[in-house]
Amino acid sequence: MSHYYEENDLERFDEMGKYRPDLYENFMNYYQGVMSAGALSVREKALIALAVAHAVQCPYCIDAYTRGSLEAGSNLEEMTEAIHVAAAIRGGATLIHGIQAHNAAAKITL
Amino acid sequence: MLPFARQLAHLGYADLKAKNVSTLQVNLGWRCNQSCKHCHLMAGPHRPEQMERDTIDAIVRVVERWSIPSVDLTGGAPELNPHYEHLVERLDRSGTHIITRSNLTILFEPGQEHLAEFYRDHRVELVCSLPYYQEDLVDRLRGAGVFQKSLEALRRLNRLGYGQPESGLKLNLMYNPAGAYLPPEPGALEEVFRRELAQRYGIQFHQLLTLLNMPIGRFKEFLERSRNYERYMGKLVSVFNPATVSGLMCRSLISVAWDGRLYDCDFNQAMDLSLLAGLPQTIGDFDLPALASRSIHLGDHCYGCTAGQGSSCGGRLAEG
Repeated sequence: MSHYYEENDLERFDEMGKYRPDLYENFMNYYQGVMSAGALSVREKALIALAVAHAVQCPYCIDAYTRGSLEAGSNLEEMTEAIHVAAAIRGGATLIHGIQAHNAAAKITL
Repeated sequence: MLPFARQLAHLGYADLKAKNVSTLQVNLGWRCNQSCKHCHLMAGPHRPEQMERDTIDAIVRVVERWSIPSVDLTGGAPELNPHYEHLVERLDRSGTHIITRSNLTILFEPGQEHLAEFYRDHRVELVCSLPYYQEDLVDRLRGAGVFQKSLEALRRLNRLGYGQPESGLKLNLMYNPAGAYLPPEPGALEEVFRRELAQRYGIQFHQLLTLLNMPIGRFKEFLERSRNYERYMGKLVSVFNPATVSGLMCRSLISVAWDGRLYDCDFNQAMDLSLLAGLPQTIGDFDLPALASRSIHLGDHCYGCTAGQGSSCGGRLAEG
């Protein structure tokens, strides 16, 4: 293994079903159900997945949902906006935790 | 990779056969005013291949003799063939349904100023290339300035009645992916295209067809250059859909090349995979009973037509 992340490992996903296949099957059924068209379209879900992929910084998911978004008909403008949403929420989450720092500081300072 | 013919054999198609010949797809030549990055025929302005008049007359005779219901004209840009209008006029008189695959910018080539009215007068159904509703992507794929010219052409066609809801003047758009990925489900994308083209540009059309990029020609060169070929082929194989096989376009179509040779489809023509031995090989030898139940010449590129919901010159093959 030359790197922790290998591109071809994405295609080996189903090896995770080797042990406890029942759990893997449950997960895959759930996953496919979630990603199918429902109240949201496949295109919208792929954009959400792309944004989440960036938030959790998973290179496999970024690869998969860049392709998934393009295959759903999205364009780079929409995909970049989705990534900005992830960045904004992450940034906002960081800043709102600043209140905790302020609270903590208030508690121990005169 | 499991060879395509063996994949079909597993499904019980030891020998994939045609069902009929309802469409004659005529490639009038590989000359084109565009040089698209995905073109399977590597068409462009400097290609010399052009169908000659005697071949065109032979096609008309075949259509009349065998009452072929539909003739699909393609290229290159079919309109650049000097005999295009002669062919359309003769076909119109025969009563067959005529489709032209138009790249839209052809309307602005010298000598083509009357082309839109010509289409209308002969009630030619148009399948127009427009891979997206954004300028940068279309120009990247089809050449600088193509998007704006395409919009202008579509507006002109709309003014003539093409693409209007109650109009018999059929105007369909053809989407293809701008890279090594599969096309989307056409219904959802059609909604987006309809909204974007109407709101931004006031353009109307009937239907959006989606076509997968076949791993041959210029697109194959791109796949190899970008080291995407194996992954792309792997994807096509992994999403092989048995439900597409019954509707494969080769089972109801014959492709005629610019030199009069017959092929199972335009892709086989690009790869020079002729009809199987023992079958009529040229338009001059056309024999409907022999061709309507012929065995198809298969190759691994055929995975492109069976991927996902399937792909054909008429769009997807299976319901999503």
